[in-house]
Amino acid sequence: MKLPDAEALLKILAEKLKPLVNANKPADTALVGIHSGGAWLTERLLPMLGQKKLQHGMLDVSFYRDDFASRGLHKENRPSQIPFDVRDKHIIIIDDVFYTGRTIRAAMNELFDYGRPASITLAVLVNRGGRELPITPQIAALDMNLAPDQNLQLLRHEDGRFYLTLEKNA
Amino acid sequence: MQNPQLTQDGKLKHLLSIEGLPKAILNQILDTAESFVGVAEREVKKVPLLRGKTVCNMFFENSTRTRTTFEIAAKRLSADVLNLNVGTSSQAKGETILDTVNNLVAMHADMFVVRHAQSGAAHFIAQHIAPHIHVINAGDGRHAHPTQGLLDVFTVRRYKPDMHNLRVALVGDVLHSRVARSEIHALTTLGVPEVRVIAPKTLLPAHVEKLGVQVFHDMRAGLKDVDVIMMLRLQSERMSGAMLPSAQEYFKCFGLTQEKLGLAKPDAIVMHPGPMNRGVEIDSSVADGSQSVILPQVTYGIAVRMAVMSILAGNS
Repeated sequence: MKLPDAEALLKILAEKLKPLVNANKPADTALVGIHSGGAWLTERLLPMLGQKKLQHGMLDVSFYRDDFASRGLHKENRPSQIPFDVRDKHIIIIDDVFYTGRTIRAAMNELFDYGRPASITLAVLVNRGGRELPITPQIAALDMNLAPDQNLQLLRHEDGRFYLTLEKNA
Repeated sequence: MQNPQLTQDGKLKHLLSIEGLPKAILNQILDTAESFVGVAEREVKKVPLLRGKTVCNMFFENSTRTRTTFEIAAKRLSADVLNLNVGTSSQAKGETILDTVNNLVAMHADMFVVRHAQSGAAHFIAQHIAPHIHVINAGDGRHAHPTQGLLDVFTVRRYKPDMHNLRVALVGDVLHSRVARSEIHALTTLGVPEVRVIAPKTLLPAHVEKLGVQVFHDMRAGLKDVDVIMMLRLQSERMSGAMLPSAQEYFKCFGLTQEKLGLAKPDAIVMHPGPMNRGVEIDSSVADGSQSVILPQVTYGIAVRMAVMSILAGNS
């Protein structure tokens, strides 16, 4: 299967985000990338959206995951960074691949521990299908329908350009 | 021999001592603690990791700071916390430690934080307890105080990130100090190239140099050009006989004053595990001075204990 060009998808995602970002005052809107792919995307999206005042942060949801009891704490976790007041903000969560929805549930739980946002929107590069919760992205640059044993990942070349890989889970 | 703290596949199951733990596990704890530091600055200072778990603080020996920070750490992880004041409980009526512990296991406790005046107490409980229970040593006799050692190296790393280029001095009562032993193991495991101990001969264990430290009996020589000074509390309650002429004499030779601090590097940090004996091992002007990181140590102690508990709870 030929995989879509991640760089082209990034441009589509930026275009789809623009109306949303412009719907409210830039100071009232914030992008929050999910570690690690979502945080990379956020970094690249910020200059593409043409809003200098846009606030942004990063979430590592390790402390909120629902598989802690079975899998333990993720070995590599990073401090979440939300350097703005979440209260009454329109938050746009950015992630690379949307699958079961469990990461987003964890991210929303964590966000509410920072404060009560005005709204939360989910924007992803690829919605690969297979959600297990009543959560779905409002914005996706691409919709796919992958089998459960397929693992779609966003990776970075050394020069920072994105690419997608698709592997079969063992 | 299998390290009793680790699972078959090398994950941390109990925290009993820093000695023998691989560097990767120490770094995992410190990195995870880094993620917990920010949790205390949020509106809701809790994460749900230990929701539904019960942490039991069993302190057979007095403690305020350690017990309180363990309690706060467990509560910030959303655990339920039982504080057992063992001195006034069934221990006083003659119950054995294992009976006390097993009764608490029957009440579905999941994790024990143990302080005891006997070296090896936490180890003993860990050896005899049901396999799904985790034990954390919060200080056993003169042996070890691993979370204190970890929070101390965490504090060092925060102020002096390049651990491979540091000169650290431990000053004072090394002989009675479980903190000193844990600090030495943590520092050497993490690759600190030069660890010094500065103490009178009567307050040093025999063959202390085998732990990989340099020994000084003259404080002025020992403090020269160090990056970190870790003061130790003079443990007069553990002393018997004539180890010291007097507290005043001790302060004169081994107390940290501004003048002696001036021998260390100008940006050196001063640490103390508490409780401090002001005017015995440390002068007030130093303890409250700009180079002191004694209160940040306490704050970081919470994040480090959250990291230890959450890693253990996940390794079932």
